Amino acid sequence: MPKKDARKSPPARPAAHPPLGDLELLRSLSNTAAVSGDEGAVRKLVLEAIGPHVDEVKVDTLGNVLAVKRAARGRQPPRLLLAAHMDEVGLMIVDHDSDGGLRFEVVGGVSDRVLLGKAVIVGPRRQPGVIGAAPIHLLSGDRLETVVRSGQMRIDLGAGSQEAARRQVAVGERATFATEFSVLEGAVRGKALDDRLGCTTLIGLLRGGPYPVELHAAFTVQEEVGLRGARVAGYAVEPDAAIALDCTPSNDLPDSRGRENTQYNARLGHGAVIYLADAHTISDSRLVAFLCRTAEAAGLPYQIRQPGGGGTDAGAIQQTRAGVPVVSVSVPARYLHTPAALARIEDWENTIRLLQLTLEQFDRRILKK
Amino acid sequence: MSLDLLAHLKALSAAPGLSGYEASARSVIRPVWERLSDEVHEDRVGTLWAVRRGRGPEPRPRLMLAAHMDAIGMIVTRREGEFLRTASIGGIDPRVLPGQLVTVHGREDVPGVIALPPPFLLPKARRDNVAALGELLIDTGLPARRLAQLAQTGDLVSLAQPPLELMGELLAAKSLDNRASVAALSVCLEALQGRPHDWDVLAVATVQEEITFLGAATAAFSLRPDLAVAVDVTFGSDSNTREFSHRTQALGGGPALGLGPNIHSGLHAAFKTCASRAEIPYTVEPMPAGSGTDAVPIQISRAGIPTMLVSIPLRNMHTPVEVVALKDIARTGRLLAEFAASQLDGNFLRALSLD
Repeated sequence: MPKKDARKSPPARPAAHPPLGDLELLRSLSNTAAVSGDEGAVRKLVLEAIGPHVDEVKVDTLGNVLAVKRAARGRQPPRLLLAAHMDEVGLMIVDHDSDGGLRFEVVGGVSDRVLLGKAVIVGPRRQPGVIGAAPIHLLSGDRLETVVRSGQMRIDLGAGSQEAARRQVAVGERATFATEFSVLEGAVRGKALDDRLGCTTLIGLLRGGPYPVELHAAFTVQEEVGLRGARVAGYAVEPDAAIALDCTPSNDLPDSRGRENTQYNARLGHGAVIYLADAHTISDSRLVAFLCRTAEAAGLPYQIRQPGGGGTDAGAIQQTRAGVPVVSVSVPARYLHTPAALARIEDWENTIRLLQLTLEQFDRRILKK
Repeated sequence: MSLDLLAHLKALSAAPGLSGYEASARSVIRPVWERLSDEVHEDRVGTLWAVRRGRGPEPRPRLMLAAHMDAIGMIVTRREGEFLRTASIGGIDPRVLPGQLVTVHGREDVPGVIALPPPFLLPKARRDNVAALGELLIDTGLPARRLAQLAQTGDLVSLAQPPLELMGELLAAKSLDNRASVAALSVCLEALQGRPHDWDVLAVATVQEEITFLGAATAAFSLRPDLAVAVDVTFGSDSNTREFSHRTQALGGGPALGLGPNIHSGLHAAFKTCASRAEIPYTVEPMPAGSGTDAVPIQISRAGIPTMLVSIPLRNMHTPVEVVALKDIARTGRLLAEFAASQLDGNFLRALSLD
């Protein structure tokens, strides 16, 4: 009998265990649109999710959600601020063309290279649209090699006329990629994992506890356009120390020329990412040492982010009032700021575990050394 | 049971059916055509064809309606640790690939995403330009060992963008080139249910159009039609194609009737007459040399076949967000049925003239 398939039969998938991270919450947060400055929809989900689990909660003037979970014991527990940003990169509609096409500008760092030929969702009515492209059949030579700039692109709603487009979408409304969140084998794929992963982590931590610290949670706004929410949250909370929970690019792809990739920033599968330095911050060395110690004692994998550019809410919080010791802990994820980011569930769980232990073991003495 | 065009089109779009591997498309088409025709056959290269027998005396002349069912996509050339490199099947547009959802058809279907490596991992010349397909990677999120169990060189990779219903009954979806035309043939077969026609009408879903026109060439040879109409998509007008406005057709303007050396001028005239009488809007698409469609090999099959080309305007061709107007598909199907039922009698071939 001829062999139908010469390949060896694959072993069973790794045994499933209940995930530490709430995948359904992550799904709804990822699928929700909240471009910087328009975070209302995610804020609503956050408020619903944390309501029963916190002692105080408020929304500040910029739209940050600030919540407090009081300490389990002690008269003067340390005030620890954990911040995760609610906003995502995206597009803002700036004009209607006569044929009904929508002009847009990019909000935050979205490369022109990932916009062409993508499905988007526009405005509060969630109108579907596409960013079209001239067919390659009509283009020649250089045109095929040239990156189309976002200023040349339009969102096509199928409106057919300016009036019809105006009825559905107003200038100033935002658009996001239309990608539906999905759980892959051992990984998640979706838009805005940066930083809905951090938001979901922080919600999970608020559901747990209480901890020996007074836990202040800030779900911040406008991180992607200049860490603005974190700045005022840091001022309002006046914490003893702060940790930004974010996502960091995992640039651990092979070099197309076969050279060693020495600038991977962070790697998938290597656990939580601890920051030493980025464009805005030198992390507090006592906090870094504490996090590393905690991970090592628990046998949790972690990695140090390759020091370099980039930044998180920690950069803004550090500079509030008389200064705050800060550090960032990120989940490594590939293709942030594109229609479909990818993160490994294992890395996320290791990050959650490290933060749980951090909250359980945090002590004022850490900052005295 | 009448044909739900939107549902049919979505099912056709969802089938991977890459050139040379059309089985999944065939299995969507077959049950629909079985219901709407007298016989359905598959030929030795995978082309699917359905016959609606006419009521004229035997031997009956035959009209062939050909729409290719194959879609563009990718094929795995190499595994590199946690990633896959691919080559294209058909005219993939690398400009639109970074960030697209895909399915790797390995030992099982594995979802993934097309990754654009950061600039420092690309050759200098590519950092400011569009990265070629060879520089892009497929990422499934799987660790290398698991990926090796599931995917290998030669596995197909299809685009996985789900369809979006736009305003004005437009649909944005992958592979509408040329599943929109396959749907138009289904509409035609359904319309003929209630319309007596003298000729045999053959609906043909051809293979490998995007590569070599294989299915159209071989079907035209073996089915020996007396007349043939290739049905395909053409460039829809929008802001991106403004500078090419002489080569585009408006969505919603009805089928585009090809005109040029690849098209039999008498057939072209007959289609215009037919459309006008049936009050079906149409446009004329001038094609000075070839047509780049199944009409090319069909026209020169055996001793030559009078061939017509009817096209459905489609935006963003060869991207995962191709856009068509449902009414253009319905009108195209209706025009084909109208032509078969009202024009094709025992005298049509004798009267057919180039001049």
